[in-house]
Amino acid sequence: MSWMLSLPILIPFLTGVLAFLLRELRAGAWISVIGCAILLAASAVLMGHVLDKGVVAGQMGNWPAPFGITLVADLLSAVMVVITAITGLAVSIYALAEINRRKEYLGYHALFQVLLAGVCGAFLTGDLFNLYVWFEVMLISSFGLLILGGSKAQIDGGIKYVTLNLVSTILFLSGVGLLYGLTGTLNMADLALAVDQVENQGLLTVIAVMFMIAFGVKAAVFPLFFWLPAAYHTPSFSVSAVFAGLLTKVGVYALIRMFTLVFDHDVGYTHTILLWVAGFTMVTGVLGAAAQSDFRKILSFHIVSQIGYMILGLALYTPLALVGAVFYLVHHIVVKANLFLISGVAEKLTGSTELKEIGGLYKSAPLLGILFLIPAFSLAGFPPLSGFWAKYILVKASLDIEMWIIAGVALFVGLLTIYSMTKIWAQAFWEPHPYGLEPKLSILTPEQRWSYLLPIAFLATLTIIIGFYPEPFVQFAERSAAQLLDPAPYIEAVLGAQP
Amino acid sequence: METLLALAIGVLVAAAVYLMLARNVLRFIFGLILISNAANLTIFVSGRLTQGLPPLIADGAYAPVVGSANALPQALVLTAIVIGFGLFAFALVLVFRAYTTLGTLNSDKMRVAEPREDAAK
Repeated sequence: MSWMLSLPILIPFLTGVLAFLLRELRAGAWISVIGCAILLAASAVLMGHVLDKGVVAGQMGNWPAPFGITLVADLLSAVMVVITAITGLAVSIYALAEINRRKEYLGYHALFQVLLAGVCGAFLTGDLFNLYVWFEVMLISSFGLLILGGSKAQIDGGIKYVTLNLVSTILFLSGVGLLYGLTGTLNMADLALAVDQVENQGLLTVIAVMFMIAFGVKAAVFPLFFWLPAAYHTPSFSVSAVFAGLLTKVGVYALIRMFTLVFDHDVGYTHTILLWVAGFTMVTGVLGAAAQSDFRKILSFHIVSQIGYMILGLALYTPLALVGAVFYLVHHIVVKANLFLISGVAEKLTGSTELKEIGGLYKSAPLLGILFLIPAFSLAGFPPLSGFWAKYILVKASLDIEMWIIAGVALFVGLLTIYSMTKIWAQAFWEPHPYGLEPKLSILTPEQRWSYLLPIAFLATLTIIIGFYPEPFVQFAERSAAQLLDPAPYIEAVLGAQP
Repeated sequence: METLLALAIGVLVAAAVYLMLARNVLRFIFGLILISNAANLTIFVSGRLTQGLPPLIADGAYAPVVGSANALPQALVLTAIVIGFGLFAFALVLVFRAYTTLGTLNSDKMRVAEPREDAAK
């Protein structure tokens, strides 16, 4: 089955190479779209297979685990790959109109595809050092995308993004080294067994905290998130959207994977830290957003706040809480990428993302207004949209184990999220434009309109579907959480896959 | 030997942290390069050190002699060095570009992406 597992990594890489070779032609952008569509098909096949057969593992180069590099797909990995492909497809269609010829020539599409390959690799790998390599693939291509164009703000944001992420990388690498010294293996399934044999469990907790900090920087949790609002509002809107949707979520995924599979020896200690982190992340993110007055900066701070909810699900560490975390992860990627895409259209129509400088969008472009309301309400947790169910599950999970305070914090942060969304709505859509302009969608060419609005409408539809028919998604999240809490099939699939 | 290397790693990390606390971004990058080398040495030591026994498999044997050097951490370090080289090459060019476009290497003065409220007025 290893070919099926390596496809989500190989397809974007090959697409990236092709797109780079044809970057001087208009075809590069279309290759990117087609590549993402094929990736979506491949990931759907993989998903069907995992749903059917349970955890799938494959050994690269036929070296048996734990010696070779293992690729594993359980339900969580599979759904993350599918959602990566969906986001990639939406953003690559959006990029048809947004990315200009100069950025295409500089290799935008190739970098974008390599980024997707890195993200898929990180989701599918079953080896800790291999995870480090995928993080690097992701990181170097995100550096390129972030500063592509080279404006002052991009370089400025880029410096902070690059330096802080490199610190996290080095911490990750040291953690890998120490963990290898302690256990003698880096295969995640093998690690799950090996950590129980370690005599000095205290040392293991120290290493666990190192990983927590390293992944915490990637996931942008309190107090390690400062690189995110410094950088995410500077690049092209397509780049912002794919970063906002996917990159921090790879950090969250790595946290969930490591702290359910490997570091579950001292839950009382590690997960209590995570609980505090989750609470502070939710609150600081949402308060930071309340203080901003730029469309994209508000959204950037909201990424931080929403990450807190996912960490909360992991920190509570009950079956229901993990269901909430998985559901939240999926819902959030769709909604957040969509909001960034919408902020892009708002900028094209009105010329700015600074809320004081824009307005009147609801009157002149009502369609965009409605498309904005769907993800915005979903983010804030209005029933019956997807965010409502995600927050509902998490709050219920915390009430079930009598964590009253954190449940209160989660609800209060939801309320403040509505405040920020109303602020954007009031200033960008409701109030008249400060200079009396009436930005209409018709100033865009028909091709532009299609390639901007199609992905937005597609993602909004997805939000509505998850909202109105949450049943299959919740069931899926339940199965996925059960797999996370009982790693035996995962370990068996990896170590028993080959004689 | 382990003690000596542990001390060397400690010195490297201390020097790196000192450099990384500077406001000058170039010094920060130099600090990062030092601390990444400390991380590489950590991996190297975690494979346990041996003397004069390369992990070569003799003719007709199926495994190296017991007590020979552990090749895996060395392979990991090699990968990490290559990746680190690429990242730092990029970071250095980015710092140079920052110096030419922003006109400063002082991280306190890099406020283009996040302007201060009072400065904007």
